[in-house]
Amino acid sequence: MRKFLTSTVLSTAAVIAAGSAYANDELIKLSQDAKQWVMPTGNYANTRHSTLKQITADNVGKLQVAWTFSTGVLRGHEGAPLVIGDMMYLHGPFPNPVFALNLKDENKIVWKYEPKQDPNVIPVMCCDTVNRGLSYADGKIFLSQADTTLVALDAKTGNVVWSVKNGDPGKGETSTGAPMVMKDKVLVGISGGEFGVRGSVTAYDMKTGRQVWRAYSMGPDSDTLIDPQKTTNLGKPVGPNSGTNTWQGEQWKIGGGTTWGWYSYDPDLNLMYYGSGNPSTWNPKQRPGDNRWSMTIFARDVDTGQARWVYQMTPHDEWDYDGINEMILADQQIGGQTRKTLVHFDRNGLGYTLDRTNGELLVADKYDPKVNWTTGVDMNKSSQNYGRPAVVPQYSTEHNGEDVNSKNICPAALGSKDEQPAAYSPDTGLFYVPTNHVCMDYEPFRVRYTAGQPYVGATLSMYPPQGETNMGNFIAWDAKTGKIVWSDKEQFSVWSGALSTAGGVVFYGTLEGYLKAVDAKTGKELYKFKTPSGIIGNVMTYEQGGKQYVAVLSGVGGWAGIGLAAGLTDPTAGLGAVGGYAGLRNYTSLGGQLTVFALPN
Amino acid sequence: MPAVEPGKEAPVIRIFAIALVLGALVNAAALAAPLGDPTAVKSEDGKYFDKDGNPTYKIQADGTVDWYTYSGYRRYHSDCHVCHGPDGEGSSYAPALKNSLKSLDYNDFLGIVAAGRKNVNTAQESVMPAFGTNPNVMCYIDDIYIYLRARANDAIGRVRPEKREPKPEAFTKAEDACFGEKR
Repeated sequence: MRKFLTSTVLSTAAVIAAGSAYANDELIKLSQDAKQWVMPTGNYANTRHSTLKQITADNVGKLQVAWTFSTGVLRGHEGAPLVIGDMMYLHGPFPNPVFALNLKDENKIVWKYEPKQDPNVIPVMCCDTVNRGLSYADGKIFLSQADTTLVALDAKTGNVVWSVKNGDPGKGETSTGAPMVMKDKVLVGISGGEFGVRGSVTAYDMKTGRQVWRAYSMGPDSDTLIDPQKTTNLGKPVGPNSGTNTWQGEQWKIGGGTTWGWYSYDPDLNLMYYGSGNPSTWNPKQRPGDNRWSMTIFARDVDTGQARWVYQMTPHDEWDYDGINEMILADQQIGGQTRKTLVHFDRNGLGYTLDRTNGELLVADKYDPKVNWTTGVDMNKSSQNYGRPAVVPQYSTEHNGEDVNSKNICPAALGSKDEQPAAYSPDTGLFYVPTNHVCMDYEPFRVRYTAGQPYVGATLSMYPPQGETNMGNFIAWDAKTGKIVWSDKEQFSVWSGALSTAGGVVFYGTLEGYLKAVDAKTGKELYKFKTPSGIIGNVMTYEQGGKQYVAVLSGVGGWAGIGLAAGLTDPTAGLGAVGGYAGLRNYTSLGGQLTVFALPN
Repeated sequence: MPAVEPGKEAPVIRIFAIALVLGALVNAAALAAPLGDPTAVKSEDGKYFDKDGNPTYKIQADGTVDWYTYSGYRRYHSDCHVCHGPDGEGSSYAPALKNSLKSLDYNDFLGIVAAGRKNVNTAQESVMPAFGTNPNVMCYIDDIYIYLRARANDAIGRVRPEKREPKPEAFTKAEDACFGEKR
């Protein structure tokens, strides 16, 4: 990380010297101050690593709750607050309140903003009314509301500076993701893959809210901002109409590929990275073809939106393995040389390492040994299947067809990991990954599209892998070799974003509500504290008044709260079996609270 | 309140009928008749009805379920479970329908699914969408009702029904008519 930052600083300086002004100098500078947490992802590289080291593996056992704050909302709380200077900016799920707290003045509420939104947006948000956080730049706080309104608030007063509508909830378009500021633009995505929404990323001018560009996941080249010659896929030009020619008829118009995950940015390359979600519907038989560019890693030029390279991880998805999880940018030694890598833990159970300059595939390996739908990705560059996962027919819902229940597919539709972001420590060279350890039965069937209505087309049931009872693991991963270094079992899926610190401690939350601290080298548990509700938020850290704090949102919900509240059943237990596995509702209840920890004075 | 005659009209017509009687249904919800005996007393083309003429389930001694219970299981786990949780068990987001169906009768159920429902209080805002125009729900509304009725009466457990009666021809015909397309 240090190496990476240094090179970033140097090249930034070089760019400025060359006269090409960086509109967000301020943000790059702020993100280098570990005392603050200025982006929803911690930094542009999405490492979620902090150089703060007052809290160490030796003293973390003495951690105490320093202060708490209630958002007043009882829904799934994802994301993490920002800390800019002495101020903390905290968001909540629908109705999306924003609080500005003065950390220097007993965390007093300086202002609160709560938008008026039509509650009819609530039921078109598949899997809870979550919101993954705010962004800051240019004296403004940016909030992407559930109803897709992107609003810029004056960071000092909470007054609305500008506001723009990014989508139409009447068509099932909603927003759950955090906006991200890159240069002078605010980037936002869209949710609604279960409503036949066609995904897009849109860049708005940070000063005015004017739309600068919009890039769809599928459609004509003019919509996808894909250049048939210049945009590459595994080193080769993609050719014309790549966003329509793997779809039947005009199905791409309701093709999914939504963009609700995390965005990373490499200022040196001027490229942003993100993944697209599942193709609509979940019934693969109804949409023949590879369904490009759903399930795809995109590298786009931030100024123009033009795609530099693309890589589709799961062509013709048959299991709902959205590709939206975060892209972590780290420079790593592979094959004796330093590579500018992008590391991505996909829902499909594969951990990918790519060269982020050109999209070359370096590593693709299972980060949960139970993953069974594929025998692996073809890494042979001269093969016509280069880069494609080999699908096991037994677990292929396309192969088995409509009205057939394909059994024991691992992972389940919620993936070996969902949006809950991993962390990377440059000190250990390891990635710390919250995972789901859940398998499923999946049966696709016929559905018809109606605008603004669910467009799903499959039924599924979930359960832990056969012979196991833990539904999650927290693992350390070596992305250079594609190997698990250590793995801690968790009773439930780990649905909280990880934080890595220079103190040699890694933090994460659990669905029961525990904040846990483990040794970065060994995974040994060093501390745990049960917060008032299950944790699906991301752990962050900041320093105030010479003291390091660690904070996390509690508030069970999301896909995890829906799928796991009642517990999972064991399909092999036969008729009448009840609650074969633990139900989350026996461990925690709804909530909405920030809990902040520090060492005793 | 106009009677809705299950099993006699094409489902697509029934959607309009529901829309017409919605106001009455919602107002009448509080006065809903008791749930009644779920025992199947007659069968039409593989679909079972109780003594009041409401759709119901039929579970055989060896666990074989009627086609509609099975179909309802599938449709529930496509369009309902993303809020109401697996097997009608409820979630952090929406109530357990296996309990709701203990106090909602067939007409209440149709009305709520078609028109949606809002339950807004100081602690939370629960909003169910109106599915009246969604063929993936409304064409199978009896199926979903039958499945949840079986869950509410503990006639079937949480697991997927393993054995089922064959898909009746009448089901496919009704499905085509309701979708307005053949395949």
